[in-house]
Order: sequence, then structure tokens, then C-alpha cells
Amino acid sequence: MSLTRRDFVKLCSGTVAGLGVSQLFHPGLVMAMKEGMQKHPVIWIQGQGCTGCSVSILNSTNPSIKKVLLDIISMEYHPTLMAAEGQTAMEQLYAAAEKFKGKFFLAVEGAIPMAADGKYCVVGEMHDKDGNHREITMLDAVSELAPMSGGVLALGTCAAYGGIPGAKGNVTEAVGVGTLFEKKGIKTPVVNIPGCAPHPDWMVGSIAYVLTQGALPELDRDGRPTLFFGENIHENCPYLEQFEFAEFAETFTSKGCRYELGCKGPSVYADCFKRRWNGGVNWCVENAVCIGCVEPFFPDGMSPFYEPE
Amino acid sequence: MSDAKQPAAGKKIKVAIDPVSRIEGHLKVEVEVKDGKVVDARCTGGMFRGFENILRGRDPRDASQLTQRICGVCPTAHATASVRALDDAFGVKLTSNGRIARNLILGANYLQSHILHFYHLAALDYVNGPDVAPFVPRYEKNDVRLSPEQNQIGVDQYLKALEIRRICHEMVALLGGKMPHVQGLVVGGTTEIPSAEKLAAYGERFKKVRAFIEEEYLPLIYLLGSAYPDLLATGKGCKNMLSYGVFPMDDAEQEFLLKPGVYTDGKDLKLDTDRIHEDVKHSWFDDATTGLHPSKGKTVPMPEKETGYSFVKSPRYDGKPHEVGPLARMWVSNPELSPAAKKAGFKRMRDFGDKAFSILGRHIARAEEALIVADAIEKWLVEAKAGEETFVSAPIPEKAVGMGLTEAPRGSLLHFVDIKDQAIDNYQIVAATLWNASPRDDKGARGPIEEALIGVPVPDVANPVNVGRTIRAFDP
Repeated sequence: MSLTRRDFVKLCSGTVAGLGVSQLFHPGLVMAMKEGMQKHPVIWIQGQGCTGCSVSILNSTNPSIKKVLLDIISMEYHPTLMAAEGQTAMEQLYAAAEKFKGKFFLAVEGAIPMAADGKYCVVGEMHDKDGNHREITMLDAVSELAPMSGGVLALGTCAAYGGIPGAKGNVTEAVGVGTLFEKKGIKTPVVNIPGCAPHPDWMVGSIAYVLTQGALPELDRDGRPTLFFGENIHENCPYLEQFEFAEFAETFTSKGCRYELGCKGPSVYADCFKRRWNGGVNWCVENAVCIGCVEPFFPDGMSPFYEPE
Repeated sequence: MSDAKQPAAGKKIKVAIDPVSRIEGHLKVEVEVKDGKVVDARCTGGMFRGFENILRGRDPRDASQLTQRICGVCPTAHATASVRALDDAFGVKLTSNGRIARNLILGANYLQSHILHFYHLAALDYVNGPDVAPFVPRYEKNDVRLSPEQNQIGVDQYLKALEIRRICHEMVALLGGKMPHVQGLVVGGTTEIPSAEKLAAYGERFKKVRAFIEEEYLPLIYLLGSAYPDLLATGKGCKNMLSYGVFPMDDAEQEFLLKPGVYTDGKDLKLDTDRIHEDVKHSWFDDATTGLHPSKGKTVPMPEKETGYSFVKSPRYDGKPHEVGPLARMWVSNPELSPAAKKAGFKRMRDFGDKAFSILGRHIARAEEALIVADAIEKWLVEAKAGEETFVSAPIPEKAVGMGLTEAPRGSLLHFVDIKDQAIDNYQIVAATLWNASPRDDKGARGPIEEALIGVPVPDVANPVNVGRTIRAFDP
């Protein structure tokens, strides 16, 4: 086998492992965890996305989403789930950020459009304390709330790396959280949990890891927890033997390795091969091919999806 | 609570709700209220990604993977519209088992979407959740009229529905790989021949879902009908209905479970897609691109355009706004309803008469449709053949066009692809929310949700609960 990108990262970077929580999360969050803060506050905002990450986290089974919502976190703001709307909702957004300053997780779903002063995505409007009317773009919301948070969870490939809204041909200059932070000089720690959509275990698991261990999971060069994104799909694929014997499937429904059908497994790091999806009933390679949805260059670097690399 | 003050008699006041939460996407609504009623409304779609532009130059087969990522609630519908457009362009005819597998994938997600929509998006307009975030804060006077016991039924079902909709996703994943998004829908059919084991696993899960729809979802909807009878006379809308038809029942794809058809100005008409065009005069798109048929459609965003107020275009049929979604499909098809409906004296959808065109009429149509789709799934499970081919291979054409019509759970969905040199030259999507949440068209006619808001009671502008109820009933 040739040198994988993972090997390359490990060779080049001794800093991948062992970043302590103090280096990565706001001290307020660390304190809150030490104090055993129950129902950790989460503020979840949505930019240029499809709500698929939210829908995916609803599929959580261990723990169930009911337990996540009622016992583990306190979802202070979530556009798709919250009872509030309009002014009530926007007041809650900023009030919760103030109340839990330095402690809350800011969950970002969807990309952030930079063009036209952010006008390609408006998340709400409100009258502020001084009675001034404000229209709040996703660009404003992330820029204002991230520095107030204890840490950012960039959920899904759009929020992590720009995803489809940031793909070739876009006019909105959509970017992920990391790129925005670089441009704005924001230093708040970010954990990328990519995937289109991410597996619920990757999202709930990352939150649970921080809350139970009091530390961050190890992150790779692309800012992802190696806990979930540390293994190569291809090297662990049940079709690996067929690959080695060059037994390639000719159509989706015929037997053999999926490489010739366009499977991007060799370039992709995620534990789908063992975690499987939706209660473990299936996964992409068993059903079709891997299209590399967890990688920073999805979709452009992974397409055409149905042609071998 | 909104900070708006109640206007004096005869005076108008503007009330803006932004965000309209518990929907998929970014929506703002601004209503003008006079003497306790909405007299004007404007819907603003506040987000643009530009899928149509991003698709240009790509491998046509990638369209079904990319376009389903328009919506995380109904990716299977976008994937279905896309593969149907590609089937058309590639000139490929499905196997029987391919058609049935597609129906089972789309059908399972219909149930997921309808259940998620009612319980997790709409129900908090009628039921008070537990007194913890995200169920609080809420409007101080939110007009919840259920008894504590009834309210508890609502809360218990909300929580149970979380599990039921997850099971629906497992059904989709069994045949389609995973959810969201789905891998299994491709031009030429589906990617996985269903095994006997997977069909059995699907069937086992399905039983729980069907029981929930019949024994809990439908009765709760009719309970709301008795607790909120005025909402059967609120939110009328344009009364024009459109359906492209969904779930092909035969291999020639001539018969559909829910039929194609148009209901315009009180007349039933045959669907003719040539009569569709999209206006953009009041949208943030270049005026030079207004009035085009989707096959000639262009997407040139102009976020600073002063005469625009939404990123949503205004599709019109025969130049008129049309409502799409469960009510439109159920009105067009007018199928027999559930035992629960018959007990209440309604044999078919049209027996509701004008009450159908209302907030609760739309919820009833959705719940009734869920049972109809469930009954069909039961039949497809019998028809599906374990081990039989679901995929037909076809080369990418040098040059071709294709149109794919289907119905997303939330309404009519059209994809159009124009292929040149084996790549996408133009791709146009007319999604359900464009029909329902559209701004005014070039003639100044309001979109269906805007129109449905006219006359809606807002006795207290600080707690405009009926505005959100009206909008959410459409599942925009």
C-alpha cells in the first residue's frame, strides 16, 4: 500500500495528539464541567445548510435523542426545534449567550456566506436593548456568538469546510467556521464534525466525550476527532479482499469491490465501516459507493462520484 | 413576546416574525394587522445557496447526490425528482423491482417527514412542551386550549414520534444505504437489490410506524379539530391546487398512488407542465430572467435588488398561484379517508368542502395521506421481489434534456436537466417551497402562504400565534 494521507499527517505533525482541554476550550467551560454542570447549554444556529445535521442527530439511539434533549444538554436555541419564534427567539439567543458566556457550546450547522455582507443568509431580526432594529446574518451571528462561547462544534461538512454551498460555481463565497475564524482572527476553539450528514454518534459522542472526560478528543489535521475519523474506509472495507484480487463490481447491483464504480473509500477517513448507519442496518459502501462526504474537499475533490479516482 | 403594541381601531400595524422557527430553512414573515386581522402579508426566504449554478459543468449522474442535499428532511424526494429527470434524459426504463424499491424508499421517508413535520415542527403551536429549553420560552399567551390530560397525550406522542420517525429512517436506510442523505437512488433505478432479510426488517419496522399513524397521529389530529374548531375556517389561501402525481403504480408509470392534476378557479384540469413559469420581479434575481419556463430557467441572484424581498422565485401555473402539498394532492386525488374520518362524517377529502382550505384542513390532509402511503407500502412490500434486479445501466448521453416530476412530502417538485457534451449545461429546480412560500408574482398576486394569511385573526399583536400556525400548516 502506498503512504496514506493519515500516515503523512502523523509523520509531519507531532501535534495531532495530546492537545489538552486548556489549550482548546474556554476556561469557563472547563470550570463548568469540573463543577459538574448538568444539562450543558448548547446554542445551535443554522446557516447555508439543509437541516440534515439536525435531522441526523434526532436519530441518536445511544443515548436516545429524548435523553440528549431532556437530560444531557439544554438546547437553549435551535431554529428547527424551539417553541419560540421571531423577537422572542432572537432575544433568547442573545440572552442565553450572555447567561452562559464562556460555557455554552456553539453548534454551527451550514456554511457561512461572506459575499454581499452576508446577505445570502439572514438568521433573524430583532430590536436590541436600545430599540434599534437589526437584521442578523449568519456571518454576524457566528462572528458575535463564537467568541462568547466555550467552544464551537462545526457540525457537518458545510460548517466545517464549506461543503456544497462552498463548491465550485457558488457565488455566495460560502465558507466553514475555520476559514471564517482565520479571516476574522477569532481564536475560539473549534471541533469539526463533518459528514453530509454527520453520524449522530459523531455529534453526540463528541459532546459526550467533552462532558464526561473534561477534555477534548484528539483532533486530526482537519480538526476532526480521530476517535471517529481516524481510520481509512478502504483499508477496513469488507470488500478489501476483492479489491486485492481485482474483483470489481461492474454495476451497482453486481458483486465485488466498488472501486471501479467510483468508491472514494481509499481517500476517506471515517468509521462508517464498523459503526454503520441508522441503527446499523446499512452503510454507503454496502448499498452503493462512498462519496467522501466527510472530507474537506467534498464535493469537488470527490466528484465525479461515479468515476474511479 | 413581540414588542408590538395593539393598534387603535381602524389603524394598521406591521408585525414581523423572523425567524419563523420550526420549519426547514430560513423564513421571515411580515404581516399588516388591522382591527385584529391580517390584511396584508409578505414572505421572505432569507437564504440562497445556488445549487443550480453549482451543478453546471458536472457529471449529470452526480445531480441526484448533490440536489438531495437541498433538504435534509426530504432528500429522498429531491433524489427522486433528480433520478427521474436523468432517467428521462438517459432514456432508461426501470425494472419493476427498481420502481417498487424506489417507492419503498420514498414512501418510508414520506412517513418520516409527515410525522416529523406534525410533531416536531407544528405541534408546539397547539401543545405546551415541558417547561425546559427548547420548549421555553414561548409566547406568553399562546392560545393552547387542551386540557392538562390532552396536553400530556400531545407531549407523550411528541417524544414517541422522535422514535417512530427514526424507525422510518431505518426503513429508508435498509434499501437506500443511509439517512440523511440516501445513497441508493441513481439513474436507472436503485443501487441495492433488496434481500429477503432486508425486506423483512423493513416490514417489521413498518408495522410499528403504521400502528402509530392509525392509533395516535390521526386521532390526535381529529382531537385538535374539536379543540380548535375555528382553525378549520382560518387560513383559506388561493384555493388553487397542483399535484404532479407521486408513487408510480405500474411499469409504464401512467398510474400514480396520488394522481397528477390541477384545480384552478374551482375547475379540475389535466396537468400540463408547459403552463408553468417562474416570475422573479419581487425576488432577489435579475429581472431579465423573469417569466421563464423551467426548461429555459436561469438563476442570477441580485441580493441588493430593491424591488425584491425574497430569495424564493414565484412559480405560477397558468399565470396563477397554486398551493402544493398534502392538501393539494388529497384534493386532486380525493381518495377515501381513514375510519377516523368516516366516523366524523367525512368519507373523502372533498367532503370537507371549504373546511379543507384551512390550517387544520392541511394537517388533516397530511395525516390522512400518511395512512394512504402506509397502506400502499404494505402492498409494495408484497410486490417487492427479493433478489430481483433493481438497476438498469445506461451511458451518459452526449446531448439530452430530461424532466423529473414527483411530489415531495411538502409538495410538487420539478427537476430539469439539460446535458451537453455529457455534462450538465443547465439544471433547474422548482421546489415545493417556491410554490407555497413565493413572494408576489409579476402581476402582483400574492403567493399561497401570503394569501392564506389574509383574514387570519391576530387579536393580540404581541402574541401572533395564528400567523405561525398558518405558515407551519404548509410545511414550508
